[in-house]
Amino acid sequence: MYGGGYIFEESKNGHSEEEDQIKLQKFEERIAAGEKIEPSDWMPAEYRKQLIRMIEQHAHSEIIGALPEGTWITRAPGFRRKLALMAKVQDEVGHAQLLYSAAETLGKPREQMINDLITGKSKYSNVFNYPAVTWADTAVIAWLIDAGAIINQVANSKGSYGPYCRALERICLEESFHLKYGHDNVVFLATGTSQQRQMVQDALIRWWPPIMHFFGPSDKISVHTETLMRWKVKMASNDDMRQKFLDMYVPKIWELGLTIPDPKLKKNNETGKWEYTEPDWEEFKRVINGDGPCNKERLAVRRRAEEKGEWVRNALLRPSEKYTVPLS
Amino acid sequence: MSIKSLDPRITREQLPDESDNNPIKELHQWQTYEVFHQSKKGDRHIHVGSLHAPNAEMAILLAKEQYARRYKCVNLWVVKTSDVFITDYDDEDMFEANQEKMYREAGGYKVMDRINKFKTEHKKN
Ligand SMILES: [Fe+2]
Ligand SMILES: [Fe+2]
Repeated sequence: MYGGGYIFEESKNGHSEEEDQIKLQKFEERIAAGEKIEPSDWMPAEYRKQLIRMIEQHAHSEIIGALPEGTWITRAPGFRRKLALMAKVQDEVGHAQLLYSAAETLGKPREQMINDLITGKSKYSNVFNYPAVTWADTAVIAWLIDAGAIINQVANSKGSYGPYCRALERICLEESFHLKYGHDNVVFLATGTSQQRQMVQDALIRWWPPIMHFFGPSDKISVHTETLMRWKVKMASNDDMRQKFLDMYVPKIWELGLTIPDPKLKKNNETGKWEYTEPDWEEFKRVINGDGPCNKERLAVRRRAEEKGEWVRNALLRPSEKYTVPLS
Repeated sequence: MSIKSLDPRITREQLPDESDNNPIKELHQWQTYEVFHQSKKGDRHIHVGSLHAPNAEMAILLAKEQYARRYKCVNLWVVKTSDVFITDYDDEDMFEANQEKMYREAGGYKVMDRINKFKTEHKKN
């Protein structure tokens, strides 16, 4: 998965004034020409800061995102589905590893990132603060949340920071399995018994609001991101990605005879844009700031995992070793 | 208060719902290794990324999970990141002279013009 709707730090205007203007101009020319920026290259402090923030949030989203689905491994219906779900969850944790490494190349050690996660200082994708109530929820997550994540990740893989792009290329390859696996699960339920159909319909109703939140606040209310777009840190606006998602997946949901819980949802044929009920951004803010149904559980589980692994890390630790920032 | 979850395993853990702020320590994720992957015998090894491990053996084990979980792989190398020496992109100009040294390139040797000229001259005679 994951990681749409990153929370960028609001940047003070004129941050670039403090930067060396000649270097900054060269840097922007390189990006405009489609070149990749590598860890040892000069970059504006603001670029580094926002990238660390974004890649770190993305990594946290992968590792926390494995939890709602992970709780269903022991209760998966059938051995094949259990194997597939385990493989998917392993992929997601692997994505976190790749992304933490990419963020580290910008100078923030992995330990600091994990600490910021478990103390609640840094954010992860808001959707994972909601519970997977039934097996059908895992199907909806694997299909539609991963679909959203793919749209986001494919866009970001064309960004300007080399290590992040390379990690994303690898990640996107694996995501295609998640999408197929999720779709298969949803189709199985939606074409099954009336009880199975009801299960997947209920899950869709529960997950629709988080899915609409996934790409982040509407462009009308989100902070200015022109500089980040010019620097190819942010590759598409939140609303554009949401539109793309609706375009690709609403027809696929409707063809299964499922109901999306938004009576206003329809494509305006004149503008070519989807119209929908404005998502509840107050709830989005409330949940992302800690007050969602599962925030505490997610962090507590992560914290316990770190505590339980501590003796292993200690046993293998060689005090003579020095940390080196990964190459790329 | 401990956390009540939809997942009975989590409820049984009796996790406290407040952080006791016990941060993980420096180097607890160990040092970093660079991973090189060979997809087929005879191919060259290609750098695919990095990972954290406490020693080379563990690095190989983790590299297999991280970088050789899918698609064909016949061989992996891991190298401690600190053992890699790197040129600086700022010194990129040191490679620039390469293009000027055409005497070192196959393309620097063009004989057909001379041969053709020689042939036409000899036909005349
Ligand atoms: Fe992922
Ligand atoms: Fe995924």
